[in-house]
Amino acid sequence: MTTSSTAIAIIPEGEAPLVDRPVVKAHIIAGFTFFFVSIFAGMFYALQLSRLYPFPGVELLSPGRLRVLHTNAVAYGFLFNNFIAALHWIVPRLTGQRVLSAKLSWVVFWAWQLVVGLTAVGVIGGQMQAIEWGETPVWVDPIVVVGAVLLIANTATPIIKVRERKLYVTLWYFSAMLVWLPLTYVMGNFVPQYFVPGAGGAAVTGLYIHDLVGLTVTPLGWGMMYYFVPVILKKPMWSHTLSLVGFWGLAFFYPLNGVHHFFYSPIPMYAQYGAVMSTIAVEIVVFTVIVNFFVTLRGSGDMLRKSLPIRWFYTGMVGYFLTCFQCAFQTTLTFQRLIHFTDWVVAHAHLVMFGVFSFWIIGMMVYLWPKLVGAPWWSDKLNGWVYWIMTISLFAMFIDLTIVGVVEGYLWQTLAPWERSLTAAAPFWHVRTMTGVGVITATSLQIYNMWMTARSRASASTPLAGEPAVAAG
Amino acid sequence: MEKLGTVTLIGGLGCFALAGVVEGYLPLAHLSKIKYQKLEEIVTEPSDEFKDLGRRFPDAMKKHYGEVNAASYREALKLGRDSYIAEACWHCHSQFVRPVSNEDIRFGKVSYSGEYMNEMFLPHLFGTRRVGPDLIRESGRHANDWHVAHFYDPTIVVPTSVMPRYTWFYDGETPNKRGLAVIAYVQWLGSWATPEAVARDERKRANVE
Repeated sequence: MTTSSTAIAIIPEGEAPLVDRPVVKAHIIAGFTFFFVSIFAGMFYALQLSRLYPFPGVELLSPGRLRVLHTNAVAYGFLFNNFIAALHWIVPRLTGQRVLSAKLSWVVFWAWQLVVGLTAVGVIGGQMQAIEWGETPVWVDPIVVVGAVLLIANTATPIIKVRERKLYVTLWYFSAMLVWLPLTYVMGNFVPQYFVPGAGGAAVTGLYIHDLVGLTVTPLGWGMMYYFVPVILKKPMWSHTLSLVGFWGLAFFYPLNGVHHFFYSPIPMYAQYGAVMSTIAVEIVVFTVIVNFFVTLRGSGDMLRKSLPIRWFYTGMVGYFLTCFQCAFQTTLTFQRLIHFTDWVVAHAHLVMFGVFSFWIIGMMVYLWPKLVGAPWWSDKLNGWVYWIMTISLFAMFIDLTIVGVVEGYLWQTLAPWERSLTAAAPFWHVRTMTGVGVITATSLQIYNMWMTARSRASASTPLAGEPAVAAG
Repeated sequence: MEKLGTVTLIGGLGCFALAGVVEGYLPLAHLSKIKYQKLEEIVTEPSDEFKDLGRRFPDAMKKHYGEVNAASYREALKLGRDSYIAEACWHCHSQFVRPVSNEDIRFGKVSYSGEYMNEMFLPHLFGTRRVGPDLIRESGRHANDWHVAHFYDPTIVVPTSVMPRYTWFYDGETPNKRGLAVIAYVQWLGSWATPEAVARDERKRANVE
C-alpha cells in the first residue's frame, strides 16, 4: 500500500543544493508581509461593521475597497507567495532536479509582488473588476497570466524530466494544479467580464470562485501535506489507495461544484442540481483523505505535542474536515434558504482560507524558517503562544459568525425591517472585531519571532556552508 | 494513474473540460436563446427619477450631463454601474431575488434570466453576501432625496446603518457627477419589474391582442 511513498526517503533532509533557498525565503518573507497588511484591512472592515470606523468619508480608505484588498492580499499575496515557496522547496526534492532557471525564479518572484502591489493600488484607486476573488484590475490580468506561465515553465520542468517514473502523490496534485491555474484564471477573469452577461456569466464566475479554491489552493495545500507530514513523522502515508482516491476524486468532482455559489439564482436548475450532487460527492472524497492522514498519525500522537508544524498541520486538517462536513449540508437547497447571503458564509470562508490553508502555511513556515535562516527559533515558547492565540481567535470567529448567520437568516425570513438584522448582529460583530485583535496579536508575535531568529543568525559568528549571512526579516 | 501524462491530461485538462461543459457551456447555450441587448435598446428615454434629479440639482446636472435626455441618462447609468463596481457595493448588496425565504414579499418579483441579458449585466453583479438588502428591485422604493441623504451619511435616514459614507460623491452637499450617476443607477435597478411596469406591460400586451 505504500509503494511510492518511500520515494521521499531518497532525498534526505538537510543541505540539498537542489533547492534555491534564497528564493524560498524571499517568497515566505513577502507572503508574511502581505499577511500583515491584509489582516489590518480585514480589521478595518470589521470596525466598519462595528460602527467604529476610524476614517469615515476618506475615499482611498473606503471600507468597501479595503474589504477587497483584504481578500486579494490574502489569496495572492499571502497564500500564493507561500505556495510558490513550497513548490520551490518540494518539487526539486521529490524529483532530484533543479527548477528550470534560478534567474527565472527571481523573475517570477518580482512579477508576483508586482501583481499583488498593483492590484492593491488598483483596488484602492477604484479600478477593480466585479468578479469575486478576481477583482484584480483588467490591466493587471496579463501580468498574472505571464507570471503564471513562467512559474509553470520553471516548476514543471523538473517534473517533466522524471516523467517516466511514477510520481509521488504530492506531484500529482502539483502537476494537475499547474494545468488548472492558467485555465481557471483566464476563464474567470475574462469570460464574465467581456463575453457572457447575466446568469450565464454568474455560472462561469461560480466556476471561477470555486476552482480558484478547489483547483489551485486545495491541490497546493494537500500537495504540501503529503510531503511535509511523512517527512516530519518519518514514516510513509498509511494508504496509497486512499491517496489515489483522494486525488482522482478531487479532480473529477471539484470542478463540477461552481454553481453552488448561486443557488436559487436564474441559472438553469439542472446546473444547480448538478452542483449540489457533486459537492456532496466531494465531501465523501475529502473524508477518505482525512482518514488517511489521521491513521498515518496513529502511533505518533505525541508529535502533536513535540512538533509545532505537525500541530499546525493537523489543526488545519480538523478545520478542513469541519469545513467540508459543513459544506455537505450547506450546499443543499434546504440549508441555502436560511444561510445564503448571511455571515454563515463569511464564517465558512474564514474557516477554510484561514483555519486550513493559512494554518498549513504557518506550519510550513515554522518548519522551514530555521532551515532557511540557519538558526534555531529565537523562542519556541513564543511560537507556542502564537499557535494558541491564533487557533482560539480563529475558532471563536468561526463560531461567532456561524451563529449570527443563522440569526440573520431567520430574521430576514420573518420580514422584520432590514435594520432589525443589523441591531441583532451588532454584538456578534463586536466579538468578531475582538477575535481580529487576537489574530493581529498572534501574527505580530510570529513576525517578531521570525525577525529575531533571522537576526540571531546574522549575529552568529559561524556561517553555514553555502548560506549567505541573513539580515532580513 | 500516477504518471505525469495521466495526471495532467485526464485529471487536469479532462476533468476541467468536463466540468466546463456540464456547469458552464450547457447553461450558457441554454441562456443564449435569450436575445442580448445593448443599453440603447433597453433605455430609450430618461427615467422619471433622472428627470427629478435634473429638477432638484439643475446646476450640477447641467454641468456634468448637459441636457436631461436619453443619451445623458445612459451615460449616467454606465458611470453609476462603474462606481457601484469600484466601491465594491456588490460585496454587501446582492442583485437577485430568490423564490424562497419570503424574498418575493420583501423585495418584489423573483428574478428571471431574461432581465440580465443586457449590457448592464456584463459583468453580472449577483453578489454572494447581503449586509444590506438586495437592490435588484430598488427602483422607486425610495425617493431621490432619500438617496442623496443616504449616500452622504446613511445614518441620517437609517440610524442603525453600517454602510460607509460616500462623501466623495458630493461637491459640498450637492451630488457630483458620480453621485448623480450612482443614484440614477440604483433608481434604474428593477425599473422594468416594478408593479407599475408589470401592469403597463400587461396592458400593452392586452391591447396588441
